[in-house]
Amino acid sequence: MTEEVKEIMFREHEEYMINMGPQHPSTHGVLRFEVYLKGEVVTKLVPHCGYIHRGIEKMCEKDTYPQIIHLTDRMDYLSAHINNEAVSLCVENALQVEVPERVKYIRTILAELNRIASHQLWWAAFGMDLGALTTFFYGLRDREKILDIFEESFGSRLLHSFITPGGLMHDVHPNFQKRTKEFIKYFRKKLPEYDQLLTGNVIFQNRTKGIGILSKEDAIAYGITGPSGRASGFSCDIRKKYPYSAYPFVQFEEKLSHEGDSFARYQVRIEEMWESMKIIEQLVDNIPEGDYTAKMKAVLRLPEGEYYQRVETARGELGVYIVSTGEKFPYRIKFRTPNFSNLFIMNKLASGGKIADLIAISGSLDLVIPDIDR
Amino acid sequence: MNEEKFNILKEKFPSVEWTEGKNYPEITVETAELTSLCGFLKEDSRFAFDYLFNMTAVDWLEYFTLVYHLENTDTKDCIVVKTKLADRENAEAGSVYGIWPSAEFYEREVYDLFGVKFTGHPDLRRIFLEDDWHGHPLRKDYIDEINIIER
Repeated sequence: MTEEVKEIMFREHEEYMINMGPQHPSTHGVLRFEVYLKGEVVTKLVPHCGYIHRGIEKMCEKDTYPQIIHLTDRMDYLSAHINNEAVSLCVENALQVEVPERVKYIRTILAELNRIASHQLWWAAFGMDLGALTTFFYGLRDREKILDIFEESFGSRLLHSFITPGGLMHDVHPNFQKRTKEFIKYFRKKLPEYDQLLTGNVIFQNRTKGIGILSKEDAIAYGITGPSGRASGFSCDIRKKYPYSAYPFVQFEEKLSHEGDSFARYQVRIEEMWESMKIIEQLVDNIPEGDYTAKMKAVLRLPEGEYYQRVETARGELGVYIVSTGEKFPYRIKFRTPNFSNLFIMNKLASGGKIADLIAISGSLDLVIPDIDR
Repeated sequence: MNEEKFNILKEKFPSVEWTEGKNYPEITVETAELTSLCGFLKEDSRFAFDYLFNMTAVDWLEYFTLVYHLENTDTKDCIVVKTKLADRENAEAGSVYGIWPSAEFYEREVYDLFGVKFTGHPDLRRIFLEDDWHGHPLRKDYIDEINIIER
């Protein structure tokens, strides 16, 4: 055996680096992982973000509060309603405006519909990441029903900018209640199909069970929230902890799991869809009559001070921190986005595992890249 | 946060001030005492703030403020810790990475966008912008004639 051949044969035992992304189907956006490997075992992983950094926080410093709503859509575009709601609630708290009951109910229904749509897309893409192409068609088929409801009421399917400080942009479509009820009835039949298709699949279980285990201590220390945190037993649901909008009026469970692996994160999300449907069912028949917005001034000036609002998006805790000097623009606005924190646990979860598991882990964390970069 | 708890802090860290904030109680501390105070807030069983849910900076033109939002995940108490960085050009503060690992990335973001250096940080690099970027965009006196239009 010549030296050259020896070198090639044993090269796999040396550490080498490959780039995953910025254009890679499994990163679901423009994100680059610098992956260090020994053979096919990941030794270290360095995430590089910023490819889609738009400086939303800087732009917001020149925008009025109703204008900011339109930028928040573009952070976590799969939880657009919830992002809008976060800024609206923060502004309303600062101005001490009480919104009508009708608004609270509609906001909560929209947030939960948005959560279901987001989890459906995640389920679709997660299955596809792991090689189960069928899930993509099933997931998108059902998500389409929600997007149709959105389209009818707001004219847009993804970026709605519908929830504004004080209430809603306009009233919902007269069909809204009827179609939402139809959807719930439909999806209650379809969700068990998800389990039949993917959850019990042996290949899927082997690829997710025991992969990327996150302990509760790490989840708290690294600030992993949302379904990913709850799968590790970290009780971090803002809807339960600090209820807002119509959440105090409804009964629902915070789904927790204690395994902390990719499969636990999968199951928590599936169960959350059931819970979201429960919430919608409790609210949709009881939407009170009334105005769709509170009386607001034409120009909103927040009193001097600092305000913080936390809401639960489909991926975790979203925080809005506004510093106001009494102007119509915020002096400083900061979005504490769930994916930013959730991304940086990747090194800890993926190190020591196989490179194929990396896909399962990043898929189970459900990252949305524009939310990281802002 | 109440009078009693504040007195415990005051005894240990004389520079601490307490104000009732709009949402959460706020305590202000000298930059030199920041890391030891944060360590105390995390380790002491009467406080046990184990979850750092937000960390950022605000540019007030003469100085920076660093803002830390903390939560105790058992009692659901929240608190805000603030510190003032008077020297704007060579702003420097102790890193709380050892106390809450999530701070590693919040601090990188503050370094990238404000230019505050954190001593003791394991890997202080720009997080969003390119390494050869000039200036720190979230500073109020940042000038970019091409991309920022003054109105």
